[in-house]
Amino acid sequence: MSVVFEYAPLLWQGLWTTVLVTVLSGIVCVVVAFAAGMARLSTPWYLRWPAGVFIEVFRGTSLLVQMFWFFFALPFFGIQLFPMTAAVLALGLNEGAYAAEVVRGAIVARPKGQTEACVALGMGPALRLRRVILPQSIPAMLPPLGNIMVDLLKNTSLVSLVTVADLTFRAQMIRNTTGQTTAVFLTILVMYFLLSSVLTFVVGMLERRFSLDRKARTAGRREARQLAEAGVA
Amino acid sequence: MIWDNDFAVSVIPDLLQGLQVTVEITLLGTLIAAVLGLALAILRRLAIPVVSHTASFVIVFIRGTPLLVQAYCAFFVLPAYGVSADAFVTGAVVIGINYSAYMAEVYRSGIEGVHTGQWEACTALGLPPVRIWGRIILPQALRMVVPMLGNYLIQMFKDSAVLSAITVVELLATAQAIGSSNFRYLEPLTIAALLFLLISYPSSRLVNRLERRYAPQH
Repeated sequence: MSVVFEYAPLLWQGLWTTVLVTVLSGIVCVVVAFAAGMARLSTPWYLRWPAGVFIEVFRGTSLLVQMFWFFFALPFFGIQLFPMTAAVLALGLNEGAYAAEVVRGAIVARPKGQTEACVALGMGPALRLRRVILPQSIPAMLPPLGNIMVDLLKNTSLVSLVTVADLTFRAQMIRNTTGQTTAVFLTILVMYFLLSSVLTFVVGMLERRFSLDRKARTAGRREARQLAEAGVA
Repeated sequence: MIWDNDFAVSVIPDLLQGLQVTVEITLLGTLIAAVLGLALAILRRLAIPVVSHTASFVIVFIRGTPLLVQAYCAFFVLPAYGVSADAFVTGAVVIGINYSAYMAEVYRSGIEGVHTGQWEACTALGLPPVRIWGRIILPQALRMVVPMLGNYLIQMFKDSAVLSAITVVELLATAQAIGSSNFRYLEPLTIAALLFLLISYPSSRLVNRLERRYAPQH
């Protein structure tokens, strides 16, 4: 274990890089998901088709292959990305393609009556989407989007393979210099587990906060208050 | 011209060989995941708290850690304790264990989908547990599991590229080796990506159709 304490600063830096990559590619993922998900639902074919092709290509080819492609193959087109940029782009686009289907599914699953009511009220498509459909779809998206974010967090470990100095990369470095393997790898295994547990917890909180079933939520709160007043909890 | 067609054609045979390894490791991994996942799902349902809690924790832990780090652990840590296997076997076992945690959840939903009346009937008839599981519950539960198993099979097919990091010479590792020895990454990596797409896209279409067919009728 001593090797872990000795090299703790390195692991700490790696942890920050991992968190940074997660946050940046998480942002890319959400932006891409909404853009592609809604483009796929739109009427003009020149929006629908490219979104469909994008989603199927990024879901159908492996994430690591995409990352390597961004890192090794793009320079042949004269585009040289920093490892960090390539990694964040690949991760964000890949997970974004999965998330786009979540966005699409959640929007499609809204009751038809909502759209019909909007039309009856004379709302335009943009207003309808912004004020009625999306606010209802987002709570429905949260659980699967949360899964995708946890997945994204775990997949950040792959950025170590394109020389981004994240947690996994630092662990490999420490292993190479000290020859100590067990302690280092088990430590980062636990660190990743803690990170994804925290993320799962935060997503769970968001889900409860924004749950669609507001009646059940207020009923739950009232019950808790009554219990507290009765001195049970 | 950026794309070198002759070079692209010349690397295809090697890449197809890599693809074969990818397919083999996926099938072996699926077999391990299917068996181990079922074991985890049953252990989790047992009425022995220590066992079911341990199984739950194992599932959550495996799902909460990256496949790459798990692969490193198996590949670098285990040999220090005298357990060593070649990269292919290690890779298949690691990815099999990784997906068994997801499969366990799939089995769980399948098992929970079996009507409670079936359990009650079994208890009323006084059937022993092995027969309850083997003859009544699993045959009904597995029917619902089939399409999900297909989804994870496709997912595993794509994820197996990660195993190139522990020197499994599958499709991506082959493409990379060709790239580094010829100083041309564009063609091998692009073809590798296309090969992945060529298999996973039609397969997921097929699984979608299966999903509709096997969906429980209500």
